[in-house]
Amino acid sequence: MMWINIIGFALIVGIVWWFWLYKPSEVKTDEGELIVTVENGVYQPARLKIPAGKPASITFIRKAESPCAGTVVFSDLNISEELPINQEKAIQLPALEPGTYSFTCQMQMYRGELIVSDNN
Amino acid sequence: MKDNSTIVLAVEGASCGSCVKKIEDALKAVKGVSEASMNFSEGVATVSGNPLTEELIKAIEIAGYSARSITGKSDDELMDEKETAELAYYKKLVRDMAVALTVGVPLMAYSLIVGEMTVTTSTERIVWFLIGMLTLGVMYFSGRHFYIGAWKSFWNHSANMDTLIALGTGTAWLYSMFVIFFPTLLPDMARHVYFEATAMIIGLINLGLSLEIKARGRTSQAIKRLIGLQAKTARVIRDDKEIDIPIEKVILNDLVRVRPGEKIPVDGIVTEGHSSVDESMLSGEPMPIEKTENDEIVAGTLNKTGTLVFKATRVGKDTALAQIINMVKRAQNSKPSIGRLADVIAAYFVPAIMIISVISALVWLNFGPEPSIAFALVSATTVLIIACPCALGLATPMSVMVGVGKAAEAGVLIRNGEALQTASKITTMVLDKTGTITLGAPKVTQIKVMDSSITEEAVLQLAASLEAGSEHPLAMSIVESAQERKLTLSAINNFKAIAGHGVEGDVTDAENSVAKLLFGNERMMRDYNIELNDAVNIAQQFAEEAQTPMYFSVNGKLAAIIAVSDPIKPDSIEAIKRLQHNGIKVVMLTGDNRATAEAVAKKVGITDYFAEVLPEDKSNKISELQALGEIVGMTGDGINDAPALALADVGFAIGTGTDVAIESADITLMRGSLHGLADAIAISKATLKNIKQNLFGAFIYNAAGVPFAAGILYPFFGILLSPVIAGAAMAFSSVTVVSNANRLRLFKAQEH
Repeated sequence: MMWINIIGFALIVGIVWWFWLYKPSEVKTDEGELIVTVENGVYQPARLKIPAGKPASITFIRKAESPCAGTVVFSDLNISEELPINQEKAIQLPALEPGTYSFTCQMQMYRGELIVSDNN
Repeated sequence: MKDNSTIVLAVEGASCGSCVKKIEDALKAVKGVSEASMNFSEGVATVSGNPLTEELIKAIEIAGYSARSITGKSDDELMDEKETAELAYYKKLVRDMAVALTVGVPLMAYSLIVGEMTVTTSTERIVWFLIGMLTLGVMYFSGRHFYIGAWKSFWNHSANMDTLIALGTGTAWLYSMFVIFFPTLLPDMARHVYFEATAMIIGLINLGLSLEIKARGRTSQAIKRLIGLQAKTARVIRDDKEIDIPIEKVILNDLVRVRPGEKIPVDGIVTEGHSSVDESMLSGEPMPIEKTENDEIVAGTLNKTGTLVFKATRVGKDTALAQIINMVKRAQNSKPSIGRLADVIAAYFVPAIMIISVISALVWLNFGPEPSIAFALVSATTVLIIACPCALGLATPMSVMVGVGKAAEAGVLIRNGEALQTASKITTMVLDKTGTITLGAPKVTQIKVMDSSITEEAVLQLAASLEAGSEHPLAMSIVESAQERKLTLSAINNFKAIAGHGVEGDVTDAENSVAKLLFGNERMMRDYNIELNDAVNIAQQFAEEAQTPMYFSVNGKLAAIIAVSDPIKPDSIEAIKRLQHNGIKVVMLTGDNRATAEAVAKKVGITDYFAEVLPEDKSNKISELQALGEIVGMTGDGINDAPALALADVGFAIGTGTDVAIESADITLMRGSLHGLADAIAISKATLKNIKQNLFGAFIYNAAGVPFAAGILYPFFGILLSPVIAGAAMAFSSVTVVSNANRLRLFKAQEH
């Protein structure tokens, strides 16, 4: 019984760490085009890095059929665009202040982060 | 790098055959172009290769023409594509559901009718193993998307609905297989298989998703209707020939012919013909509007009676209709702040549910009755399945989608979700007088002749002749009135305008005698020593009736009092009553004099008004009201009142017809009537109420469902929820949210 409880608690700690505390290091910088694939419940890549103070463009390719994937929302920037299936859709971003902006689907199940930084 | 693609450009300004070659050469010189050809009659250039569209346009501009890309699909095509894709997805979901339920329902029936699905004998082990493999087939065929989604997002450190379903059904299946392979490791009572749960849940959730798609389709009906207003083709006149071309290919200054019963394809100015045009689909204005030469017409409206030829002034994405569609789409996808909390919760929701599921299993294992492992398994699975992050995530966007669409149908354009939310909370509505409460077009209402030797006609003729030189808006109304009566104006000498007083001038009549004319206010008459006597009382009476009186004298003798008024819109009184009825304090703001302001305010039932407000002071009044803690809406014409509109919590720009000043306000009323204002507020209130119901429902569902699933009732009543029931509840909870949002479509703003 002890072991089961220990395993259970380890599982909880694991969940907290894996989903909340861990920050994926995968960041794409603005070298060439930024292309994000929308498929299977995730934005790929989910963390993008762009320089501050310069307008940028992100191209989304939606492959998931589920209507949840059909809209991408940058709620801080008041941008929300529909993504057609299997087509490129470029989203133009204005020049931004440094900071982290999230982009999600309407229901927040797809989540991504846009990191705008000065040191580029 | 993109593949070899085709770019289509609409080229404007190419008026001769030789331009074709020039344009083609210019295009071919651009890097990456492999082929370029120009169709002269259509005004369209087609380029293949992989050049940048901007560079092509630049090349054409350098060659002396202008161009824009029409490669992009029209809204209509995009909508069709979206619908086809959704239909295909719907069919797939229905098929998946059918397969899963074909396996799940008989198993479920067996467990309910025959009883316990336990594994004791070796025959049972073989039979259940085969059924387990069948269930695996269902998981692969009908539930594959859940598992793949869960797996992919897991490696991305994110979790979503797929994660919950995959974990829930996966756990049930794995446990059942474990029972079959190692029954002896478990106590007798725990040797139970749960294949029916796995198959049923997959079936039910696919059913829920398919119903949700159907319901979602209905939420975008308003935008579909707007897109449907666009004509598909236009008949243009080029080189004296009439050709039918797709509307994307219509270019600026094209002459377009529309016959009776046809939709106007692009915005333009009528050059020929006379007809009445139904603009109700855009403005909500029910009466058709007469159109003749030099009148503006807008795309999407319906030509009713005659044939019109017009010059295209705005085409493609620039037409009023295209802009309206664009704005409604944006607004429909934007979120009011009321939805923020749900977003924050949604972000942490799934991992939190996973943790609750583990805790629930641990509690059962530690404190539960035998077979505790079976109870632990059921409760953990049920918690995972019943939790519905979707209902939470869908609550706000679905209602906003329907509400904004509903408003657009009533001729009310809402900029974004935030404006929608604030509009529902307005406590004070400030209305500009001229053009908002009134028509904004002053008219001569009375001519009171004070000198019996002169006729009314002569008064008007002389006054109009004098005022023809003035630029004052009131002067224009007098000239217009004379024109209406077909009076010919005389030439005026020694014209002089005295600011704040009036105008003077001389006229020579047929007998060559010169008459001295004065036209102005009381102060002017006194300056010139004109005797007024009881005329002042008559003038005062006019002012009390909301008319602006002016004195007219000929040769030093008062000839007449001319009253001008800006008529109140016929439905302003009714609309203001509606606002007040909804508990909104209505305040009027005007630059007019106090007496007229008071009279107008009284007529429309407003007790609070500010008169003689200079245009630049309007925004100060707004701040004053805000300082009192009011949530202030400001309604104005969107051009003169822009600073006040911007400062107000919600700025309403009132348009006339379809002349929309989309950029200037939070909410644009396409119809001139103030009823649009009351409609806008009624719709925003209804939408907010709907959002609250949805959020409340989704919160309660999850907050009550999860503990219930974890077995909180078991110690008291011995009830433990079955995972299958949880699957059904979860599937229908998001359908309920979408359906509730759809209920808004039936809302009738006019009745509130």
